[in-house]
Amino acid sequence: MAMTDQEILSGLGEIVDEVAGVPADQVTPDKSFVDDLDIDSLSMVEIAVAAQDKFGVEIPDEQLKNLKTVQDVVDYVRNAEVSA
Amino acid sequence: MRLAEGTAGARILAFGGYQPARVVTNDELAQTVDTSDEWIRSRVGIAQRRIAAPEETVTDMAVAAGGKALAASGLSPAEIDLVIVATCTAEAPIPNTAASVATRLGIAAPGAFDLNAACAGFCYALAAASDSVRAGTSRHVLVIGAEKLSQWVDWTDRSTCIIFADGAGAAVVGPVTDDEPPGIGPVVWGSDGGMAGKIYIADRQSFIVQEGQAVFRWATTALHPVARQACERAGVDPADLAAFIPHQANLRIIEAIARKIGAPQARVATEIVDSGNTSSASIPLALSAMIERGEVSSGSPVLLLGFGAGVSYAAQVITVP
Repeated sequence: MAMTDQEILSGLGEIVDEVAGVPADQVTPDKSFVDDLDIDSLSMVEIAVAAQDKFGVEIPDEQLKNLKTVQDVVDYVRNAEVSA
Repeated sequence: MRLAEGTAGARILAFGGYQPARVVTNDELAQTVDTSDEWIRSRVGIAQRRIAAPEETVTDMAVAAGGKALAASGLSPAEIDLVIVATCTAEAPIPNTAASVATRLGIAAPGAFDLNAACAGFCYALAAASDSVRAGTSRHVLVIGAEKLSQWVDWTDRSTCIIFADGAGAAVVGPVTDDEPPGIGPVVWGSDGGMAGKIYIADRQSFIVQEGQAVFRWATTALHPVARQACERAGVDPADLAAFIPHQANLRIIEAIARKIGAPQARVATEIVDSGNTSSASIPLALSAMIERGEVSSGSPVLLLGFGAGVSYAAQVITVP
């Protein structure tokens, strides 16, 4: 069953909190990972790996660089779920 | 045909490490490449590294570390009958490093070969040594990991020159007595040549190239099951490990793997902070430093995990000498 954007967002918030120590309530759709949340490229890889475990959606390295904001990841996960 | 008489198990008798004198700090690197102490510490966890003098060779460093391990073992050079040098930065394709090291240490006519499994090399060599002793092919083996990576690094490439360093570490392996438990557990090793392009040196005129993100993803997802399997095969509960000594590749990889293994009591080696990534030398260097500082006690179980270019990996549980 497909998740709602809100469910993906809250799952992503938990991941970001766990990987980078950024409180989940700061993980809002318009935030940029690098500029607003101070998350570097290696932490993005950890987030992608954790997202795969949580959502069952693989985010390869070449896609990862295009995912700049929290909303980008939410969109990616939702669309990947639909096509799966 | 008759076979050699084997032994019940092998153990490590002693460790030894050698680091070149020259310390290169992050601030020093920041003077020549576009980087900073803060950036390097946060991405790879390195504060400083040791770099060999221009005339100091891999063989010199291997002799220094091997000599220390040999002295600490209490054996005479004549008692060593096999020398294995794990290195991916040998001075030349021939002669190999091991035979020269043996001669300089006064070890007469041992079996001698180099082994290249990149940063996993020490764990591969240790497994080969253990199996050789168990099979009765050898009695006492000197195992050395030695690297001069500074020679293969582009010192204008800020993605690699901040990581790699020089050094050597060694162990003496011998048989256990009849009533002693084995001190080197079964190795779990493997490789994936499909990822060969993620860390490589293209040819003799080229430098190390590494796809940092891809290696990071692989290391933080594929290796903790290998480590856990090594514990399982040795019959050691990860909860009982006194220490975890992964290859000192990147502090964040080390911490991520350590978290996933589930070994709450284990002291995790973080020698990378002061020594950088010394490839096949990093595990014996880290462990010999921890033993010297009294951080792990004799007889306690410790998990080793080597991984790197190839990609290749190997893990085993050992007992601290």
